[in-house]
Amino acid sequence: MALTEKDVRYVAALAHLELTAEEVRKFLPQLDSILDYVQKMNELDTSHVEPMAQVVTSASENPALRPDVSRKALTPEQATANAPESAAGYFKVPRVIDRER
Amino acid sequence: MSISTAASSAVFAVYEPVIGLEVHIQLLTQSKIFCACSTRFGDPPNSNICPVCLGLPGALPVLNREAVTMALKAALALNCRINPRSRFARKNYFYPDLPKGYQISQYGEPLAEQGALEMDIGGASRSVGITRVHLEEDAGKSLHEGFPDSDEKSYIDLNRSGVPLIEIVSEPDLHSPDEAYQFLTRLKTLMLYLGVSDCNMEEGSLRCDANVSVRRRGAASLGTKTEVKNLNSFRFLQKALTFEIERQIEVLEGGGTIQQETRLWDSREQRTYGMRSKEFAHDYRYFPEPDLLPLLISESWKESIRRSLPELPHLRKARMMREYGLGEQEASQLTGSPALADYFEEVAKASGEARLSANWILGDLMFRLNERRQDITQTPVSAVALAELVSLIAEGTISGKMGKDILAEMFASGQRASQIMAEKGLQQISDAEEVGRVVRQVIAANPKQAEQYRRGKTATLSWLVGQVMKATRGRANPQVVQEALKKELGPSAPA
Repeated sequence: MALTEKDVRYVAALAHLELTAEEVRKFLPQLDSILDYVQKMNELDTSHVEPMAQVVTSASENPALRPDVSRKALTPEQATANAPESAAGYFKVPRVIDRER
Repeated sequence: MSISTAASSAVFAVYEPVIGLEVHIQLLTQSKIFCACSTRFGDPPNSNICPVCLGLPGALPVLNREAVTMALKAALALNCRINPRSRFARKNYFYPDLPKGYQISQYGEPLAEQGALEMDIGGASRSVGITRVHLEEDAGKSLHEGFPDSDEKSYIDLNRSGVPLIEIVSEPDLHSPDEAYQFLTRLKTLMLYLGVSDCNMEEGSLRCDANVSVRRRGAASLGTKTEVKNLNSFRFLQKALTFEIERQIEVLEGGGTIQQETRLWDSREQRTYGMRSKEFAHDYRYFPEPDLLPLLISESWKESIRRSLPELPHLRKARMMREYGLGEQEASQLTGSPALADYFEEVAKASGEARLSANWILGDLMFRLNERRQDITQTPVSAVALAELVSLIAEGTISGKMGKDILAEMFASGQRASQIMAEKGLQQISDAEEVGRVVRQVIAANPKQAEQYRRGKTATLSWLVGQVMKATRGRANPQVVQEALKKELGPSAPA
């Protein structure tokens, strides 16, 4: 597997991680070896096996759907209690806005 | 935009706009899609949340059966093929109003595919393809304005996090902003009939994004598209699409190329802006949601929902034209919402006067409601009350003119027509004796005009009718007045 430093930076950015140049060099061979290991499984012929990402049931309908009934859970105070910043019942975060002017 | 109207029609002869819509519709369930928190709009911030919709570690989603039922209703009404097995998937991105860091949506195996919405465009019947209908959860709400520290902070309310949505994606079958507008209107009407959403754009329960491109007319392949977001009203949709189409044509005419990007409509500046081109913007890394089972729809569930579908708008329109003798235009307007169609049918049945009911509802009633910025569900005049008024007019107890005044009073006071008439002495005078007395007075007071009529100037008759109406303050029955005048004046013949 030939992972590049660019790939490492890309994956880190998707995960909102800021890596130093040194960390990029450190993680590159580690990630590479993980991918190599997974690559081994590609040697198996799975062309006749359906991928199973979730538990499959043989029922014709899901056995456990929820009835549409609402109930109270947390108060705004409880919900925001662990937030680094909150006010007036809201969570507060650094300003985010998506547009370029 | 710099393209003038004249120039614009010239370039439209050369370029064809191609538009597909992605519509998000909030389902009218009591509780959220994957937890039991309330979906109520307008509650205090962060008062309808729990570990599941907050994305706390270890919390597990459980699918709301009613959300699936509603999504199936929408998909069946859109003539979609229902997939007996569909899957939920995680769409990964970071934004503060998405606490889990992913949205649970459907991707490769959606609930329903390959449908169509039938539309009338310019009098011709057209079928607009529906690519897919899938279920997903909504994100929370970010507030960027209105707080003392808004220049540094965004405020997050997660009440909306986990509210059930369906996403309806159309094929790129729409070719003008007007067609897009009509499609969305039809779609909204359909959802209102199904009762699966209130489709309130102001409250965000109907949201629309558009994929827009232009190509030379006759070209086989599509041009590069942009995705236009933030279309929060029907009016914005048309304006934003018009702007974006003209912008793309201008770029192409100037020898440029269209960049595939997401653009936001700015209603204040009446233009679209490119969003910061984030390198990773579209790398959502979808993968099957491991916390949920595949969604299984049995044939019997599907069929029981199909049987429960209400009369759909185009069928109701056809029936109302047939049953009440309404014109196409009237029937279209009256079936614009199920509430209005119900109201009409109630008035028509109670009064026995379908055409007259339609006229009064589409005329004075709608006018007064629009004036008060209300819709039919908020009308202070009940169907029974309007039916009474319509009956009084139909049987000649009051004139149309009096009817208008009485309806205004019904709006103002909430009283019944008969009450208002009794209080104001507004009975129409149809009694021949009583009318005859006034008619004789009017003839006596206007000998010149009476003579003109007798000499053959028949037009004078309507002037004399007007005098009688004036003398009775509009209360006389015009038809009875006319008869009485003819009788008293004798024949009208040239000398």
